[in-house]
Amino acid sequence: MDVSQYLEIFIDETKEHIQSLSDQLMILEQEPENEDCVNEIFRAAHSLKGMAGTMGYKRMQNLTHDMENAFTEIRGGNMKVTGPLIDVLFQALDALEQYLTNIQETSDEGTNDNENIIKAINDIMNDQLGGGGAEKKEEAKAAPEKKEEAAPKAEAAQGKWSSISLEEAQSHVMSQAIAAGQHVYGLTVYVQESCILKAARAFLVFKAIEELGEIVVSDPSSQDIEDEKFEFDFSLYVVSDKSLDQVIAAAKGVSEIENVTGAEIQADELGHIDSGSSSSTDASEHTEKKQTASVAVSNAESSDDKKAENKPAASGGAKKPAKAVANRTVRVDIEKLDDLMNLVSELIIAKNSLVSATNSASDGDRNQAVNEQIEYLESVTTNLHESVMKVRMVPIESVVQKFPRMIRDLQKKLDKKMELYMSGEETELDRTVVDEIGDPLMHLLRNSADHGLEPNDVRIQRGKPEVGSIILNAYQDGNNVIIEVKDDGNGIDVEKVKAKAIERGTITSEQAEAMSDKEIVDLLFLPSFSTAKQVTDVSGRGVGLDVVKSKIEALGGDVSVKTKLGEGSTFTIRLPLTLAIIQALMVVVGDEKYAIALGSIDTIEDVPAADIKLVQTKEVMQLRGSVIPLIRLSKELDMESKKDPNDNLVVVVVKKGDNQAGVIVDDLIGQQEIVIKSLGKYISGSKIISGATILGDGEVALIVDTNVLL
Amino acid sequence: MAEENILGTQVEYEKVQYMVIRLGDEHYGINIKYIDNIVRLQHITRVPKIQNYFKGVINLRGEVIPVMSVRIKMGLEDDVYSNLSRIIIIKIEADAAIGLLVDEVKEVITLDETCIDKVAHDIRDERANFVTGVGKNNGGLITLLDMNALVGDKEQA
Repeated sequence: MDVSQYLEIFIDETKEHIQSLSDQLMILEQEPENEDCVNEIFRAAHSLKGMAGTMGYKRMQNLTHDMENAFTEIRGGNMKVTGPLIDVLFQALDALEQYLTNIQETSDEGTNDNENIIKAINDIMNDQLGGGGAEKKEEAKAAPEKKEEAAPKAEAAQGKWSSISLEEAQSHVMSQAIAAGQHVYGLTVYVQESCILKAARAFLVFKAIEELGEIVVSDPSSQDIEDEKFEFDFSLYVVSDKSLDQVIAAAKGVSEIENVTGAEIQADELGHIDSGSSSSTDASEHTEKKQTASVAVSNAESSDDKKAENKPAASGGAKKPAKAVANRTVRVDIEKLDDLMNLVSELIIAKNSLVSATNSASDGDRNQAVNEQIEYLESVTTNLHESVMKVRMVPIESVVQKFPRMIRDLQKKLDKKMELYMSGEETELDRTVVDEIGDPLMHLLRNSADHGLEPNDVRIQRGKPEVGSIILNAYQDGNNVIIEVKDDGNGIDVEKVKAKAIERGTITSEQAEAMSDKEIVDLLFLPSFSTAKQVTDVSGRGVGLDVVKSKIEALGGDVSVKTKLGEGSTFTIRLPLTLAIIQALMVVVGDEKYAIALGSIDTIEDVPAADIKLVQTKEVMQLRGSVIPLIRLSKELDMESKKDPNDNLVVVVVKKGDNQAGVIVDDLIGQQEIVIKSLGKYISGSKIISGATILGDGEVALIVDTNVLL
Repeated sequence: MAEENILGTQVEYEKVQYMVIRLGDEHYGINIKYIDNIVRLQHITRVPKIQNYFKGVINLRGEVIPVMSVRIKMGLEDDVYSNLSRIIIIKIEADAAIGLLVDEVKEVITLDETCIDKVAHDIRDERANFVTGVGKNNGGLITLLDMNALVGDKEQA
């Protein structure tokens, strides 16, 4: 079968499943008993296996098959979720991702069998399932039996004897016996169903065992057994100095006994029983709860097997919380979206044409009609714009959801305890932006983990909580989205940065003296400026914050940092909501029109020519107490200003982070919604022009990137 | 393919159509497979601080397209705009249109290989870098332009 046409879907879905696996594993690591998680993982692994099999990716199928196996056992209660298991499963996930990457690049899964991971999974399974000896075997045997019975009697996950409730005195006796070098065995004796004199047989078994050791307790009690008040099995705890096999053989020696199973009880197991239940009633309650739970689950599974996925919570009783609603996603081909965007662009251009038509029309009545049309058109375009933007918007969740896993790995690698707190994952951004911010964010997080947070012992010395916190917070602020990466670590040592900058010749010591702390910290964003004392695997390869900065700026945003030595640092990324359509201020320079993005404008000032001062031969002006530099846009654009130099100046105050500057233009036209068009790949060298837009009269106006001016 | 086959009939020569344009007194040919459109001269928006051979950008039905001066690129004098001036829209790759400013668009001619002479490359002559050959048409000579070399991204500023 030719499956290549399904490849893209396969890749998409595999990504989702892997992500889901990763999320659930993270939860499972924290709550090893979480059944929802186990089920979710099982399903994801199962789907992956099926998909990989369909597509013919055998290696991937094998790996997921083993993962699925492990979770089948966990689901059945035969295996516990342990730290090593989680570690191996994460490795398996990495391996799956590797397969996926290979598939994406070459549509072949590669040749790595990842046998070591498969082996590790199987080893853990064997350890837990086989290593338990007779006890586990009995269980495995008990499980099918349970299924065969129409009304399965509740059975604890361990052997039947483990459901015997021990009184303190009894467990005390057994602990002492173990301490004295004797063995304690748990036994369950099954009497043949055809047996008529069960009580007599049981009596013989008791007698045979008592020849070898001492029966501490039995379930049902010896009185009930004598009265034949038991089904076809009974369990005992025996203290003996003989081997388990001898004891079992003795019990089996009695005729009409179907089978005897047993295992040696270790002192710590007794302790566990003890500590888990201070009194015998507690113990039995505990066991019972466990039993009812497993009954409930198996009932649910058998009754609405097929529907179980949808509503196990309802049939399973109050044990399970409401199931999380699956994330509804719509996959839209980005090309189709771009086409839609183009349509919207043209609509806006049409609207703009109408605007300019009205301006030139003289006839009053027609003017009014056109005006109404414009209003209508305007509301349509605004709505259309908004809805199309919404289609393009995706929550940043898709990017940030991989970070908890990353921090988990970093924690192990760096041997520092840390916790990642995320909020605002639902904040939406233009898809093109979301796709690009993953790397910068990852870099900042690694930075915080590696350089920001102190080692645990240092933290304790400083009186901070041992576990370091890294906070990723996203929220919308007007037309921007803010993403903060905060840590409660050491903060940035300004003096260290200064020393390093001087040592590298980035600045002279005189310059350093004159610089504010903030300016020094901003040096970190210069290319190849890494202050890590030692280059680690995690960060500090010399490509650092400058890459973050250039990437964010390429997206039309900016990044800034606030830090306090000893208390931590906060990196703040500001990104525009969208890239394609912006609100802009149209200005005139000479006889040309330019657009300045409204997002970067603070205020517009009317300044008398006399208020302009010269500082170090540069023009500046005072604005509400602070001195800001002035930039003559005409000069920057190689254009002659047509204004009388004695007239008042029109100053557009623009900002970039905390910096401000006044941009002098000849005149203002007004605010307009503009569609950003690229200048194409042939034109280069004009950094100050970030793009172009088409005005209502068909003329092209250029967009000035004021970030370059600052 | 200029040889005769066994039957003695002549084989068809590969024929290529060229758009003949005028720059100053010389005629040049552009392979029409690259030509997307020809538009009249319209307002060209100057873009500051870019390569000198780009005149700026125009709006072509909602698309912003850069306009290049073939004259400046080839080291000739600057353009003089007239009623005959045209902008030829070239598409070498999809989604990357570029306009070429020419003095006049003359006609479309069909040349086969027999009519085209290769020219020896003379590194000293800047123009020669953009020429693939010379075509003979009704006694006139037409310099055939190498579009890839002319509009390619190679930085020549």
